Amino acid sequence: MASQKKKHLLPGFGLSLGVTLVYLSLIVLIPLAAVFLRTTELSWHEFWAVVTTPRVVATYKLTFGASLLAAVINLVFGLLTAWVLVRYQFVGKKILDALVDLPFALPTAVAGIALTAIYAPNGWLGQWLEPHGIKVAFTPLGVVVALTFIGLPFVVRTVQPVLEDFSAEAEEAAASLGANRWQTFYKIILPAIWPALLTGFSLAFARAVGEYGSVIFIAGNMPMISEITPLMIITKLEQYDYAGATAIAVVMLVISFVLLLLINLLQWWSNHRHGNK
Amino acid sequence: MHTTQFQQYQGKVAYKRATSEPTWVRWGLIGLALAFLGLFLLIPLAAVFAEALRKGWGVYLAAITEADALSAMKLTLIASLISVPLNLVFGVVAAWAITKFDFKGKSFLITLIDLPFAVSPVIAGLIFVLIFGLQGWFGEWLIDHDLKVVFAVPGIVLATIFVTFPFVARELIPLMQAQGKEEEEAALVLGASGWKMLWHVTLPNVKWGLIYGVILTNARAMGEFGAVSVVSGHIRGLTNTMPLHVEILYNEYNYAAAFAVASLLTLLALVTLVLKTYVEWQASRDAANIEKEVTA
Repeated sequence: MASQKKKHLLPGFGLSLGVTLVYLSLIVLIPLAAVFLRTTELSWHEFWAVVTTPRVVATYKLTFGASLLAAVINLVFGLLTAWVLVRYQFVGKKILDALVDLPFALPTAVAGIALTAIYAPNGWLGQWLEPHGIKVAFTPLGVVVALTFIGLPFVVRTVQPVLEDFSAEAEEAAASLGANRWQTFYKIILPAIWPALLTGFSLAFARAVGEYGSVIFIAGNMPMISEITPLMIITKLEQYDYAGATAIAVVMLVISFVLLLLINLLQWWSNHRHGNK
Repeated sequence: MHTTQFQQYQGKVAYKRATSEPTWVRWGLIGLALAFLGLFLLIPLAAVFAEALRKGWGVYLAAITEADALSAMKLTLIASLISVPLNLVFGVVAAWAITKFDFKGKSFLITLIDLPFAVSPVIAGLIFVLIFGLQGWFGEWLIDHDLKVVFAVPGIVLATIFVTFPFVARELIPLMQAQGKEEEEAALVLGASGWKMLWHVTLPNVKWGLIYGVILTNARAMGEFGAVSVVSGHIRGLTNTMPLHVEILYNEYNYAAAFAVASLLTLLALVTLVLKTYVEWQASRDAANIEKEVTA
């Protein structure tokens, strides 16, 4: 068959692409554009004043600091979890494997109140931590705990398939050349799973930055101390300060888009390396 | 077979020693992972049910059968029943356009479909307030025509559609990409109509991916909090979804009732995980069967 005919052999190109673009525009693109258009109602000077007030800057520090810390915790323990689930056999492994996705399935508000109940001064864990001077609920540490919970599946689920596909031959070769187990892990396995690790890390980070539901219950929401940026947007909205809310939203959107771009590049790099093997 | 069973066994032991960790390391790592998952997954899960039943079954049952709780369940169900089918149809259509045809800007389009994942739920709510709210683009027009979007059910549905937008498309695109288009082309050559081909070839081929996407969409639709919270206005009995009802009860220090409603959402999450695991298991079994047929 002629090659030019093959291109249009399957039906529905115009219809399916058209429907996709219209629905995408109506639900996502036009509403998102609204945020950027509404900020133009502010002058640059006003915009800058809103997004750099000390209370708002304090929320950026907490949101990005706690998200980063939570993503690092998930990087380490996500790798550990993926490793244990792929490499070792133990009772209850299948159930744990399925449970790893719990933070995706559990409504964030439920996660928020459950974590608060556990870490409150009279909670299951809080009552043991409190006498040692460790306060989790209603402090920035609580924010880190909530963000660790909601980002938990990302690193596990990106690293797991790569570890499963990793050929035993490379490890055997390293071992037969005299590498010990740690050297094999550090020099052979880690470089191979590095792109997946980084992808999982940035996905967890990006998710944590925008998170709202699980955090507001455990954070205590004290101005300058334990307020996150999404809460700041809600606070401005409740005061009918639409322009202020929009300005902060634009700052968050720009950062999120940069993160998304970074994640896409990482995934491309990861696939590229994976495909080359 | 050239090797005896004993030789095979010996080979396995030598292989294990060179490419595995000492027993104490293995158990240490397993213990550490179990401690982490226990701390972050099992304890919160147990806490929900323990708190829900703290004041006994009577209080529990009263909390989940109370009128406001029931209307919250109804609204959650409505939001999910509208957003899941819409995003399902969109997912199939978008995946069809993206995987079966070549065109410029394809990867850009995929990135745009992923956008809602990168947007904070709070901003997802905010955008609809900016458009349909009192000070919004269509605010005055809506008032003139006595229509309400924000602080009403349509706003909640819109916000839910937005946050669950990419799930089905995201599951289907890699799957349909991997399957190629030969089967559909064969169906057409054999005289099937476009719809027949879609119904009898394409959809059965991506059956598990489709179900998987629907399960994830539904879980997120029923559990969404941030986006819905911004557009809802928290009107009891009218614009409260289940997660918002949990928040209101919790903020009123009615913990037992808050956790009772939360336990229903937790059960929903557990059912989601079971279904998801079942679908993954079925899909990998089908894939294994196909491989067997190909090699046979």
